Amino acid sequence: MSDLQLLTGGEAVAHAMRQIDPDVVPVYPITPQTPIIQTFAKFVADGKARTEIVNVESEHSAMSASIGAALAGARTMTATSSQGLALMAEVVYIAASMRAPIVMALGNRALSGPINIHCDHSDSMLIRDSGVIQLFAENAQEAYDLTLIAPRLAEHPDVLLPVLVCQDGFTITHSAEPVALLADEAVPAFVRDYFIPHPALDVSRPTTQGPFAMPDYYFEFRRQQAAAIEAATEAFEEVAAEFAFLTGRPYGVIEEYRLDDAARAIVALGSTAGTVKDVVDELRDAGEAVGLLKITSFRPFPAAAVTRALAGVKTVTVLDRADSPGGAPPLRAEVANALYGSGCELDGAVYGLGGRDLHPADIRAVFAGATSSHIGLRGEPCPV
Amino acid sequence: MAELSAWNELPIGATVQPAGAPRALTGGWRTGEVPAADVSKCVNCLLCWLYCPDSAITLDGEAFTGFDLDYCKGCGICAEVCPADAIAMVAE
Repeated sequence: MSDLQLLTGGEAVAHAMRQIDPDVVPVYPITPQTPIIQTFAKFVADGKARTEIVNVESEHSAMSASIGAALAGARTMTATSSQGLALMAEVVYIAASMRAPIVMALGNRALSGPINIHCDHSDSMLIRDSGVIQLFAENAQEAYDLTLIAPRLAEHPDVLLPVLVCQDGFTITHSAEPVALLADEAVPAFVRDYFIPHPALDVSRPTTQGPFAMPDYYFEFRRQQAAAIEAATEAFEEVAAEFAFLTGRPYGVIEEYRLDDAARAIVALGSTAGTVKDVVDELRDAGEAVGLLKITSFRPFPAAAVTRALAGVKTVTVLDRADSPGGAPPLRAEVANALYGSGCELDGAVYGLGGRDLHPADIRAVFAGATSSHIGLRGEPCPV
Repeated sequence: MAELSAWNELPIGATVQPAGAPRALTGGWRTGEVPAADVSKCVNCLLCWLYCPDSAITLDGEAFTGFDLDYCKGCGICAEVCPADAIAMVAE
């Protein structure tokens, strides 16, 4: 069934898009997302997908056009990074509130300034509270697989929300790895036909979409939106189980890596999880009780699963690839909330901002009990 | 208001079905001028009907008949787009 190819994360996602064959893709290029849409546009030009690509004038327009298309009744995908997501942010909130099941590939890149094109997660964290689902891939295979899972999750009747599939800029988007692709014909059967309850172009059932909500109703609509994203944890497990049946590749909202009896654990998002796994293997071979908790679904944050996975771990270190100046880094804040009252010792560090590498030696130092609030920073760190 | 719905009783994404536009008599917002038509000049191009941001232009089949002021905010777009000068804005 599967066909192993040497692909970058960007190319792998473009293949997923070709196989999904969305109706509409409004998109604006930006590094390091560009290879995704460039590769996909070539597929469309070569007749390998029937998608209408809308070459919009900005990311604000890309998301606006995506909302229109998705609510009209067209399966819609887009892609962006960093400043593109920042420009889009206003409309991302509206996409979530209008419950538009748009799938977006995100090549994670540091926000300006100073301007930078390399990976960190500050762009994702900018829209942390927008109400969109955010799934983080560890490598190109996961970026491909999560992109196939994403439409089913976005369009799940209990969910109906945008889904972002996040992959680390350059580290994943531009690095080639062997990727197992599904057979082309298996994908439409898995993703199924697009369905939303009230397509705007159904003229036999006219609707008003995106109305004004005054103080008497705004709060209720926000609560409804929160309930939808909360339902996405269970919906993800349901869709992932079906995906695992098809591919043999299981996914969860978290991945527990050698956490059994671990005295010390690291919590991380994205490609860093791969590096941590190598170090965990090395230290486990040396008899040390260490493990990793990888968060695949950052939004919704699976707090109950995190609490269960880390129960019994003595010391937890959360690695954040984004900071929150003047406050707790975002992943650490989530884990702290999940572990409150559990008795785990919790610390954390910010690392890798603007594409700074995190080396295995840095991870060994964390497992050895080093207490640095900023890994890889020159000079005296600020308190976290 | 007496009966307000709870969050889980509301339509998903605030989608209102059926569409409620006809119930909103936006003509009540009007201040100042209203459109007046000289039907003898009308070429029945229906640009006024196309451009009207609400539903203030009335038709008989595909023939222009006049205005429904319940939906006219007095914006004057119909008078602006009329290529035959058949619509003028006049004091109400």
